[in-house]
Amino acid sequence: MPHKTKIQAEDGQQQLTITREFELPLELLFRVYVEPEIVEQWMGTKVLKLDNKPHGGYQFETSDAQGNVVFRANGTIHEFVPNQKITRTFEMENTPFDVQLEFLEFTKRTDDTSLLTMQIVYRSVALRDQMLQLPFAQGLNMAHNKLQAVLRPVH
Amino acid sequence: MNLRRDVFQAIADPTRRAILLLVASQAMTAGAIAAHFDTARPTVSKHLHILTECELLKQEPSGREMYYHLNAKKMREIADFLEPFRAMWDERFDKLEAIMKNHLPKP
Repeated sequence: MPHKTKIQAEDGQQQLTITREFELPLELLFRVYVEPEIVEQWMGTKVLKLDNKPHGGYQFETSDAQGNVVFRANGTIHEFVPNQKITRTFEMENTPFDVQLEFLEFTKRTDDTSLLTMQIVYRSVALRDQMLQLPFAQGLNMAHNKLQAVLRPVH
Repeated sequence: MNLRRDVFQAIADPTRRAILLLVASQAMTAGAIAAHFDTARPTVSKHLHILTECELLKQEPSGREMYYHLNAKKMREIADFLEPFRAMWDERFDKLEAIMKNHLPKP
């Protein structure tokens, strides 16, 4: 079965494209970027601000069980065309990663299906590669921790 | 004969995969890596040689010691390098889809 989510990341480019087919009508798909309660559900983060209009912006925040903020992100909305397009920036606060530019395009496939195309442009090729590697490195670290549990202890 | 080995041959071996996992979290000396395995030291050295030869590992001196680092650039050549990134988005979108299916009008 082909993957529903596809990543296109050409070597030496400072951008990547994520595409995903949804078994959802276009209007329902678009709502997940518009309604704060829904954003909170699927992103697993608190929505501090969500002002979907040109020159608008958003801010998300995630806290741990002790109430410490573990993640905060914000961005500016540049273009907002309902059921068609959102152009925005995305920045993770208190990280060394530079702001990125995101082009989200929503396309109707059938009455019940839709397509999301997300083009992300980074400041440099190196930064894009670093972002691509992040989940891989985290996975390796987790595997490493499991591995350490079974390997012979070092004395 | 010194054929240039490819990365897929290198990661086909479980010991070499274990070495990559070890070095992924921090640069290590050959001795520190070998200490994690029951295999004889020369065997571990051979694996390190192969991993270095195909550029999955880089050697960098620090003081009098030689440290092995993971070469992330070369790791990109591995076909499933992007898979964790893709899987992360796939999971996120699956959740989104599941949530919105509850908003579908009842048939």
